[in-house]
Amino acid sequence: MNVPGDLKYTKTHEWVRASGGEAVVGVTDFAQHELGDIVFVEAPEAGAAVTAGSPMGSVESVKAVSELNAPVSGTVSAANDALKDHPELLNQDPYGEGWIVKIALSDAAEIGGLMDAEAYGKYVAEASH
Amino acid sequence: MRYLPQSPEDLRLMLSAAGVSQVEDLFASIPEPLRLKAPLDMPTALPECDLRERFVTRSSRNHSLTCRPGFLGAGAYNHFVPSPVGHLLSRSEFYTAYTPYQPELAQGTLQAIFEFQTMMADLCGTDVCNASLYDGASAAAEAALLAARVHKGRKVLVARSLHPAYREVIRTYLKHLDLDVGEVPYGPDGRIDLSSLAGAGVEEACCLLVGQPNFFGVVEDFETVSASLPAGPKRPLLVGVVCEALALALIRPPGAAGADVVCGEARSFGLPLGYGGPNLGFLAARKAHMRQMPGRLVGETRDADGRRGFVLTLTTREQHIRREKATSNICTNQGLCMLAAVIYLSLMGRRNLRELALRNLSKAEHLKARLAERGIRPLFSGPTFNEFAVGLKVAPSRANAEALKVHIVGGLDLSVHYPDLSNGYLLCATEQTPKEASEKLVDVLGGLS
Amino acid sequence: MSRFIEEPLLFEKDRPGRLGVCLCTKEVPTADAEALLGDLLRPEPPARLPELSEVDVVRHFTRLSLMNYAVDYGLYPLGSCTMKYNPKLNEDVSRFEGLAGLHPMQDDASAQGALEILHTLERALCAVSGMDVCTLQPSAGAQGEFTGMQLIRAYHEDRGDARQVVLIPDSAHGTNPATSHMAGYRVEEIRSGPDGCVDLSSLKARMAPDVAAIMLTVPNTLGIFEKQIDEICRILHEKGGQVYVDGANLNALMGITRPGDWGADVMHINLHKTFSTPHGGGGPGAGPVACKAHLEPFLPKPVLVRAKDGFRWDWDRPKSIGKVHAFYGNFLILVRALCYIETMGGEGLKRASQMAVLNANYLRARLGEHLPLGFDGPTLHEVVFCDKGLPGGITTMDLAKRLIDYGFHPPTVYFPLIVHGALMVEPTETEPVEEMDRFVEAVKAILDEARRDAEFVKRAPHEAFRRRLDEVAAARSPVLTYRPEGG
Repeated sequence: MNVPGDLKYTKTHEWVRASGGEAVVGVTDFAQHELGDIVFVEAPEAGAAVTAGSPMGSVESVKAVSELNAPVSGTVSAANDALKDHPELLNQDPYGEGWIVKIALSDAAEIGGLMDAEAYGKYVAEASH
Repeated sequence: MRYLPQSPEDLRLMLSAAGVSQVEDLFASIPEPLRLKAPLDMPTALPECDLRERFVTRSSRNHSLTCRPGFLGAGAYNHFVPSPVGHLLSRSEFYTAYTPYQPELAQGTLQAIFEFQTMMADLCGTDVCNASLYDGASAAAEAALLAARVHKGRKVLVARSLHPAYREVIRTYLKHLDLDVGEVPYGPDGRIDLSSLAGAGVEEACCLLVGQPNFFGVVEDFETVSASLPAGPKRPLLVGVVCEALALALIRPPGAAGADVVCGEARSFGLPLGYGGPNLGFLAARKAHMRQMPGRLVGETRDADGRRGFVLTLTTREQHIRREKATSNICTNQGLCMLAAVIYLSLMGRRNLRELALRNLSKAEHLKARLAERGIRPLFSGPTFNEFAVGLKVAPSRANAEALKVHIVGGLDLSVHYPDLSNGYLLCATEQTPKEASEKLVDVLGGLS
Repeated sequence: MSRFIEEPLLFEKDRPGRLGVCLCTKEVPTADAEALLGDLLRPEPPARLPELSEVDVVRHFTRLSLMNYAVDYGLYPLGSCTMKYNPKLNEDVSRFEGLAGLHPMQDDASAQGALEILHTLERALCAVSGMDVCTLQPSAGAQGEFTGMQLIRAYHEDRGDARQVVLIPDSAHGTNPATSHMAGYRVEEIRSGPDGCVDLSSLKARMAPDVAAIMLTVPNTLGIFEKQIDEICRILHEKGGQVYVDGANLNALMGITRPGDWGADVMHINLHKTFSTPHGGGGPGAGPVACKAHLEPFLPKPVLVRAKDGFRWDWDRPKSIGKVHAFYGNFLILVRALCYIETMGGEGLKRASQMAVLNANYLRARLGEHLPLGFDGPTLHEVVFCDKGLPGGITTMDLAKRLIDYGFHPPTVYFPLIVHGALMVEPTETEPVEEMDRFVEAVKAILDEARRDAEFVKRAPHEAFRRRLDEVAAARSPVLTYRPEGG
């Protein structure tokens, strides 16, 4: 399982790459693997306000739906349009081309409350037992 | 008991395998005090020949429209069903099969649904259609729920000229969902009164449901309705509710005239009246709303060898996956009725279905004209399809009693549903209405004053 | 010769000029549609309706039918679906002209035979369920659930008692939470105990005046009877809650025990499961709701009443929840159900439940030699196995798909959710023992195959009309209507 060291993570398996007041958000390698082939991603559009810990969309496989929670609060500055036609990017490259939204942070301090790679790795290891 | 195959020898063998000495022991997990002590309070079993006779008697105590011509429509239209429909529906492979969850074993049902979706989407003028809902009334309610999911407005507007039972079902479905149901009155042409839209709260509405044709048989002008709705994000979804699907062969489909959703009842396609059920509800929509649709959808795909096949798809919308967040709780729908419709439509073909619709129009127009000659005129000025409302000079109940004397089932007393339309009388004529019966009815009604 | 013929779509068979139907004789002059309808006229006939001869249509659908599996062909052991035999007499009777040709808006006097059928069915369902009254209006189980939850809601509100929560066990069908949501309730899941039953202490701890009802399937989806059901009813009632029983599994209980006697307030009954009406490839079914007298004022309208001069519909129901169907429900399905009930009689229905439970326990014993149980406790009409220790790394799905090659419809798989890789088997009472033996032998053979050549099993089915279908591709870019090649 791939858990890049430079990212932050949530218990609901989103990852965050924060820089300069903006956060790129996606779902983790673990999450995409658990879900299997992703067939649809429902993400908020640019301009939408999101609140940390609240649902902002969903990720679907053929037989399951996983809620997508906002890891941080703010305003969506961009959504990954490529996912509309190619949801499989989430499976193929969860931390790269499979990013879901970018959020302009309203409270940069929230980043500090997220797990680092080590904590998330442990969390997943425990959760899968 | 002819449906139970266990012989005494089988019983002995099976009980022994199950590790018990008598059948009752298998129910040990049901606490003794909860067990039923007396036999079920029910008549004793009847052999096939006696029971058939009992149903013959029951059946003969009804006066069906097939033995006595009639002029009732009002959401259930009497149409001819060609013989192949019944024969094909009687194939065990169709009617004793389950919902096609295992696609490799259900390609027959799945392909038929795909064909149905294609035909209905074409008839409705939409991109997609689902695999059926219970009936037109619940389909209209589901359309309102769909609108409430995709639109911020919390008001559901319904034309007052929509079928009264449909309006009741919509109210029942929406009762506890924080949605306000409002009605839009009709004008002198029998169509929705567009000048009342603002007053009815169209700015706060998530949808507007309009019958096509409406309960008075009047054909609505969807393009004008659509143009009268607020533009931009406030524009509510325009829903065309079709009670008489045959009309779709002759009138401009609502989906091609501004409606976002077209739903309703397609019983007219190959199903008997059946005292109002089973029915064939359906919901068709633009592709943009596909993922918010209720009910089953079948999609095309390929198998492991690359051959074309069909599967249930977009199932994450449904209750077995999304549970309380599902687009609907519907599970079992009206599969066999859908099959009847797709068989019926393929027998009819494009030209004959249109010709049949034209003949319905002609029958109704003929009756309308003959009544006018006797001074009985339409209540509304709008154009109609195979059903229309007239104003009688006497109470409709009296007219129906007189009609019955000449073995005719008359029309519907509109005042039951619209107290403001006293002596309003709704009449339907289809290809099944003999001209002779129309003449008789004209004589009866013309003679009343 | 292959049993299967590749059959094109109707649209690909379209031969303009062919006729499938000759319309009735024209009796009146053709109306001038253009003059009457003007712009409202459909510009072109519906292009997607094909033109075919009657023979073309009959062959098309006959060929499609051969691609289906059906109860009349063999064992259809879908758990929780009760795929019992669909009697042929029911089908004949439902086609009688006096029933099939009846218009729903005819006056009651001209439909007395139909009303007598409905009344008799209502009484029979009350007798089986132990309830006081019944409505036949709901079209299927899920709509029955919706009706029942609306009754509960109306009852509470009539007493000025607003409640918000419905409790549902984790083993429940998805329809239960979906229904509660549609009735405006918040759903809370309650966990099953190690015995597969509701954990009473957590139920007691949770029960409070904000709980409107509990929805319980009895026996539950594991086939286990909720042995403390009377206590559950007591706990709910003590704090003003109502008990909804999902009757999906009533086929285990007829004449043996009755929800009304346990203390349950309302239930729905799936006529297409317990009362033998056909599943029709996905309906139409019927989901009548039976309830206790305190819920009677809220029943959907109209309510059927028996007067001195016959039966009539009573529309004057001020407290009614309204209507859930345009007319009176799936009438011709209701006819079939009554025909079944009158064929069986009270004793016969009880015998059916006994044989359903015997068949399930026979399969449990015989299959149990090869597959591990999901739960240990005694089961009634169905049994759930899990995927623990399946050989060769095959999954429940692989086993299910390989069963197709052996001529069986697979059992329900991956449900209930609380059993890992669940395989849920319900033979029903109408299966002969040799058909079940054949099924057991097939499972055994597949497990042997998996030990030898798991990859072969994983690619099953090999002998069906289609190999495994790509559901991922279907969902990623949905094609829901026919598109001509290159179009």
